[in-house]
Amino acid sequence: MDADWEGKLSVPALRADTLMKNYGSLRVADAVSFTLPEGARYALIGPNGAGKTTLINLLTGIVRPDHGRVYLGGAEITGLDPDRRVKRGLARTFQINALFPGLTALESVTLAVAERVGLAPNWRRKLSACGEAIDEAHTLLRRLNLADDCVRPTRELSYGRQRLLEIALALATRPKVLLLDEPAAGVPAAESAELFEVIAALPGEIAVLFIEHDMHLVFRFASRIIVMAGGRILAEGPPAEIASDPEVRAVYLGGTEIRA
Amino acid sequence: MATPITTDPRRAIAEPLRWRWYEAAFWLVLLLPYLLFPTYLALASQIAIAALFALSLDLILGYAGVISLGHAAFFGIGAYFAAILVQRWGWREPFSGLLLSGAVAAAAGYVAALLIVKVSRLALLMVTLGMGVLLGEAANQLGWLTGGNDGLHEIAVLPLFGRFTFDLYGRTAFLYAFAVLLLLFLAARRIVQSPFGLSLRGLRENAARMPALGTPNRRRLRTIYTIAAFYAGVAGALLTQTIGSVALEALGFQRSAEVLIMLVLGGTGRLYGGIVGSILFLVARDQLADMNPQYWFFWIGLLLILVVLFIPGGIVGGVAKLWTRIGRGS
Repeated sequence: MDADWEGKLSVPALRADTLMKNYGSLRVADAVSFTLPEGARYALIGPNGAGKTTLINLLTGIVRPDHGRVYLGGAEITGLDPDRRVKRGLARTFQINALFPGLTALESVTLAVAERVGLAPNWRRKLSACGEAIDEAHTLLRRLNLADDCVRPTRELSYGRQRLLEIALALATRPKVLLLDEPAAGVPAAESAELFEVIAALPGEIAVLFIEHDMHLVFRFASRIIVMAGGRILAEGPPAEIASDPEVRAVYLGGTEIRA
Repeated sequence: MATPITTDPRRAIAEPLRWRWYEAAFWLVLLLPYLLFPTYLALASQIAIAALFALSLDLILGYAGVISLGHAAFFGIGAYFAAILVQRWGWREPFSGLLLSGAVAAAAGYVAALLIVKVSRLALLMVTLGMGVLLGEAANQLGWLTGGNDGLHEIAVLPLFGRFTFDLYGRTAFLYAFAVLLLLFLAARRIVQSPFGLSLRGLRENAARMPALGTPNRRRLRTIYTIAAFYAGVAGALLTQTIGSVALEALGFQRSAEVLIMLVLGGTGRLYGGIVGSILFLVARDQLADMNPQYWFFWIGLLLILVVLFIPGGIVGGVAKLWTRIGRGS
């Protein structure tokens, strides 16, 4: 249907094509289509229960759509298992800390690096002989200001640092597309701005889609906003356009003003 | 309280993997029965075999976090195959017999894992329990192959290296079982300290998160299950070769339950837990069972509850914790 586009534009980093998902009679994704270009900084907003996390689950393969397709860099990935999608460059973080409580941050990220470079199935080599993977993990942790705490078990880290570790784990997979499910959820305001600075400083070629409720952060860091409600995409556009969209205000914000 | 900041990440990873002097000391102590208690060598062999079996369970339960109530299935397959090798095919060379029995158990483990990796929680308990019970009954029914209720007897393997016969005092048997345990322990130590081992710990800590790192969970679990089944099969074959017979107890539910108790008592996820647990369990049984077998189970049940409630890391975990506390204090 968009054959005439493909010649002119570069292939989008991620594309969802009419994704549908029902849980019984509840429609959680209703013909969701959107594209995420290379290097995008998009926000996904919408009231609770709008289907934002479900959409991420559909894109990453944790939930299979009833209908529709997902393309990563032009290749269809709809039938791939979640781990295969990660290997192809589609990474995500979780809304609720989904870390490895008994592993240190360094071990966790080393694990993610080892998985990416194909070391993880190796049971004959000593971990201590995998210096490059360890160094890479440490460099990444340092970039996210986690180096000081990286040899303590994850369960001992503060909540804000655990949120950063979430991002570090996703980055260790060297994603082309990064889906962030409320990266700053539960983090105090001051720290969440810091967290978003880290996200903003990510390499330009990574396409980022983040779910966020704090409109200040959304308007500051997103170049484009996708609004969901009731499993549908209600509106999509640049922040200024979304802020003045009466339908968005009515459904999402209950008529209150959006301050950009 | 502040943990020192380790600036060298490679050292931070390598440090916990280092050999410690007390590990070497532990293994030397395990050799003591040979010198001090020559009359208890049969028991010491039993302990080495049980320890190897518990080590096998530790690989899946302690590292990958996959529980099993039917792990004796693989022990039993190894035990019976070692006997069948000798009786039906006249294959009496012990080392190759051990390896072949382990390989057959590993193959069975791989097939079982195809199903096991798809379930968790209660379903996992029931599937493993069902497999164990099913195999026990199959062995009972296939009397032409397994000897049914009577088992298989007078399984005599050739002397080790063609020289060391299995003597009446159990000296050869003990050294044989000890050497196999040590070798497979060293291999297990390498496995859990590899990148693969780290990914097993990741699966134990949070399996649901692993695919988001790109981990094919099921394939990873199938690999460790196959390895663990090999270990269990070798342990079973060791039993057959050292006592010269095999019976249905080799794959009964009781054996599955006991290995779990030994491992949990000793401590999971540390490799040494299974060894310590099997020493404690079997020595205590040997000492107490003479009084009254029922009485013995009362005490082991009580001990199990106390350990799980108050030292969740098991005995080895508790000692390690105490050790660090003393280390910090001084």
